[in-house]
Amino acid sequence: MMKTRNNKAWFLVLPVVISVAFSAIIPLMTVINYSVQDIIGPDQKVFVGLDWFKEVLRDPDLHGAFLRQLLFTLVVLAIEIPLGILIALSMPARGWKASLSLVLIALPLLVPFNVVGTIWQIFGRADIGLGGHFLASLGIDYNYATNPLHAWLTVILMDVWHWTPLVALLCYAGLRSIPEGYYQAAKIDGARAWATFRFIQLPKLSGVLMIGLLLRFMDSFMIYTEPFVLTGGGPGNATTFLSIYLTKLAVGQFDLGPAAAFSLVYFLIIQVVSFVLFTLIQRNSNPTATKQGTP
Amino acid sequence: MKAALPQTSNVQTRRIRPPFRVGSVMLPLYFMLLLLPIYWMITMSLKTNEEILAGFSLWPQKLTFEHYHEIFTNRAWYSGYLNSLTYVGLNTVISLVIALPAAYAFSRYSFQGDKHLFFWLLTNRMAPPAVFLLPFFQLYQSVGLFDTHIGVALAHLLFNVPLSVWILEGFISGVPREIDETAYIDGYSFGRFFFRVFIPLIRNGIGVTAFFCFMFSWIELLLARTLTSVDAKPIAAVMTRTVSASGMDWGLLAAAGVLTIVPGALVIWFVRNYIAKGFAMGRV
Repeated sequence: MMKTRNNKAWFLVLPVVISVAFSAIIPLMTVINYSVQDIIGPDQKVFVGLDWFKEVLRDPDLHGAFLRQLLFTLVVLAIEIPLGILIALSMPARGWKASLSLVLIALPLLVPFNVVGTIWQIFGRADIGLGGHFLASLGIDYNYATNPLHAWLTVILMDVWHWTPLVALLCYAGLRSIPEGYYQAAKIDGARAWATFRFIQLPKLSGVLMIGLLLRFMDSFMIYTEPFVLTGGGPGNATTFLSIYLTKLAVGQFDLGPAAAFSLVYFLIIQVVSFVLFTLIQRNSNPTATKQGTP
Repeated sequence: MKAALPQTSNVQTRRIRPPFRVGSVMLPLYFMLLLLPIYWMITMSLKTNEEILAGFSLWPQKLTFEHYHEIFTNRAWYSGYLNSLTYVGLNTVISLVIALPAAYAFSRYSFQGDKHLFFWLLTNRMAPPAVFLLPFFQLYQSVGLFDTHIGVALAHLLFNVPLSVWILEGFISGVPREIDETAYIDGYSFGRFFFRVFIPLIRNGIGVTAFFCFMFSWIELLLARTLTSVDAKPIAAVMTRTVSASGMDWGLLAAAGVLTIVPGALVIWFVRNYIAKGFAMGRV
């Protein structure tokens, strides 16, 4: 079925465009303004061209934050995607058990970001937390506030706890859409479990996995509140991810110019990666586009 | 507990077995990890502060509701919940009302610049918060929306509207076009068709979308905190400020945290059968 070409459809889209543009365009213009000006006082600004961009691209602290951010995103994606698939495969398909699993799995997604940080802050402390206490009783000197490795493990575990459910729910929806006949055919062919997964389930999941990858990439790359509440970026700079560093720069030191310049670079990186993923999703989810010729 | 997670996943991926057998080991283990931190927060909210700091116990020795009592009787606390619920509700209604026609347009028509427009809508979820907060604050203050419920609701449209359009478009594309055409042939006007025929057909999709708007608006803190000071201050911001001012009142912090999970948990129960499909943007 082909879509009808009709430019009047713009009228249906207009309210959305206006309401989003209201909050999107003026702040973006302001950030662009910051990035090319040196703000000395309330009414004193000097146009500095691309100086801030040159400066931030040479800032070693920023490189550090960027690398940490990249590492963090890669690690959480590498854990959350396979783990999410696995959980979806293990979930009961129907009945009250399926409903209960869905509700329990969705629970972490409904927790406000700062409360996620608070939950893990409490849980991981050796004096009052269950997790910290358990590790201490095993003789492990665990302290996420002073040991960078422990801080990293805690932040990663927190993110896995918080967002694996998203991947699991996506995959669960994908798996439920596979017709029973596919499995019967696989059984008749004598396919082993691995083959069934590799050639029936995984291809069917590719569409939802793309969506999961897109959402998880965007959100993990901009993560701010959860690690900020948990570790405040420390110990030292160990868990100072990009957003935390930029906030320190913009709000703490009031270096708006460099912070704005890098925000734009940051924004652009996220957009380019997301555009690639989004294009793949569109291609995946529009089987109609390939079947246009058939009646 | 902490290091065990990545290892389990490695072992398990190497030997995928039929779902039911993997599930019997893997799922309970995962649910334990999932629920333990939440359980711990609930336990803590029912303990006195002395007990929390004095020693370790798996459940409250002296059950107390003093922290909850404090929250429900102190205006500074409970008004935070009311504020959050107000702007979240406003945001959900506005998002749905404007996203429905747009999603219909994206699903049924092609028009000048539709692909770019859709991606542009999505890019608004990708603005890194740090530097964008200040101009946001200035903008909302200059138009008189600072510290109002509607102001926060409008700001949250930035990420909820694109998402709603995306989810609804997925659900709408699942409805055959023939239904639209038949209705037009039968002499329905667009408005009558949309409200009488179409909306009832996709009501599951609308329910799920409402849930997602609720959820993302409820858990967002940075914008909500930046755009409010007193009158519309969200509960999450009340938590961070009050607690740091009075030292670390762990019990109260835990109780407030528990109460922020309750509305979401209630809403999940109502949409449990569609929630997975919603996460897949209606696309399966």
